[in-house]
Amino acid sequence: MQYDMIIAGFGGQGALLIGKMLAYAGMHQGKEVSWLPSYGPEMRGGTANCTVVVSDRPVGSPVIKSPRALLALNLPSLDKFEDSVRADGVILVNTSMVNRDPRRTDVKVVKVAANDIANGLGNPRGANMVALGAFVGATGVVDMKEVESLVRETFSRKPALVEVNLKAVRAGFEAAVGTAPAVAEASQSNANG
Amino acid sequence: MAKKLMKGCEAIGEAAIRAGCKLFFGYPITPQNEIPEYLSHRLPQVGGTFVQAESEVAASNMIYGAAGAGERVFTSSSSPGISLMQEAVSYLAGAELPAVLVNIMRAGPGLGGILPSQADYLQATKGGGHGDYNVIVLAPWSVQEAADLVADAFDLADYYRNPVYILGDGLIGQMMEPVEFREDRKPVREIPPKTWASTGWKGDRPRAVVNSLYLDADTLEKHNRDLQEKYHRIRRDEVRYQGYGLDQDYDVLLVAYGTVARVCLTAMEELRDQGIQVAILRPVTLFPFPYDALANAAAKAKAVLVVELSAGQMLQDVQLAVHGSRPVHFHGRTGGNLVTPEEAASKVREVLDGRSEEVRHA
Repeated sequence: MQYDMIIAGFGGQGALLIGKMLAYAGMHQGKEVSWLPSYGPEMRGGTANCTVVVSDRPVGSPVIKSPRALLALNLPSLDKFEDSVRADGVILVNTSMVNRDPRRTDVKVVKVAANDIANGLGNPRGANMVALGAFVGATGVVDMKEVESLVRETFSRKPALVEVNLKAVRAGFEAAVGTAPAVAEASQSNANG
Repeated sequence: MAKKLMKGCEAIGEAAIRAGCKLFFGYPITPQNEIPEYLSHRLPQVGGTFVQAESEVAASNMIYGAAGAGERVFTSSSSPGISLMQEAVSYLAGAELPAVLVNIMRAGPGLGGILPSQADYLQATKGGGHGDYNVIVLAPWSVQEAADLVADAFDLADYYRNPVYILGDGLIGQMMEPVEFREDRKPVREIPPKTWASTGWKGDRPRAVVNSLYLDADTLEKHNRDLQEKYHRIRRDEVRYQGYGLDQDYDVLLVAYGTVARVCLTAMEELRDQGIQVAILRPVTLFPFPYDALANAAAKAKAVLVVELSAGQMLQDVQLAVHGSRPVHFHGRTGGNLVTPEEAASKVREVLDGRSEEVRHA
């Protein structure tokens, strides 16, 4: 079983970090993983994206044209990658920064207002963690337990940030979980397609 | 040791340190800056020296000096920077000095762009600098293999007293994958003491002179014959490649190296699911090139398809190996664009249904 995804947003929104944490979580669960950033001549405020593959077998192509899931943190990301997502895939939209609905009708669309949720928690900089939690909730690609332990590890030097970021990923997870099929179900439909 | 998630560039830096290399001289260029960045903080921790030189020309000649003193040493750069180092590579080869050079290739020619490419194949395998010489060229396809080949590169460089390239595309440098550094690794060759190194003369042995200047024609010709004899041994003993699906029946043989071979592997799985039989031969050493293995593998196929991030460079070696016995087709992307599995698979279909034209030029 291979699950591949594109995480995209403005530079600074945390797209690369979210992708890294998904790759770490997958690796800690004993999966084969690859994390491939776009490293083109982007400037701050420009777009940034990464492709993450989590697989039971050694990862073949780290270049993915049609991912099973897209996390669009902003509108340009949705514009750029919406058409590439596989049929029956998942598009998670950060509605705080995206003012239109996806046009695709053959994918599961999950909407989470990551920035608004983070603001509501008094942690506006935690929008990336909300989005990470929401993505895990929407796709089930890795275990939430692994993500939580990663958050503890990532912020271990600043203990004050551990709790607020755990709150953020959990809030994102709760906002998205149950709204889209988990990985196992998605893979069955793909096996026939 | 447990697996760590590392960028290819960082894994290359760590692998060099674990291979006993304590000296790095380089000059920044995208997309390999994470190698010097990593080493700038790691080398001082292990008692090593990191120098950001004033230019690639300076860095590569610092390599020459350190190698001449018998130290394990390496540099890294990307295509335009590697071009600037070609003088030193020729001198390293002429003076028979061991050194490891990492080229994380970007798209050219000229300054080109910073995105992935494989367009330095001919420069790496056929010369690049002046004179008759060859450099051993190792091409990793994963972060793990990049780390493993860096370790092997230092052994091969010392054993043959020859420069060794690690030739990776931008993906290898920028991608993160799990990597494990094996504590129980054995050298790939038994390395003799470096009695030839210039380490300071105390009168207890003949003077060790590191030099590539031979003004007498006969002496220089003998030196060239010795070098060619060494390259012959390298061709005989150091060929490495991997095959995928070669033991099954196949109609098309795909030939690709580096990350492009992984793209082809995914394409192969997709094609096999559709009943289209393909196999892959992936050269791991580009010099020496696996001519014989390729000729044997091609004999089972109806056609050969070469896939590269270039306008067709390894293609020439494949044509040499196949020697007209099978039609050779080519699919390449340039400018920093990547080949996708879908693209490779659709080119295979074109080869099979006659829509692809055989390459007839060299």
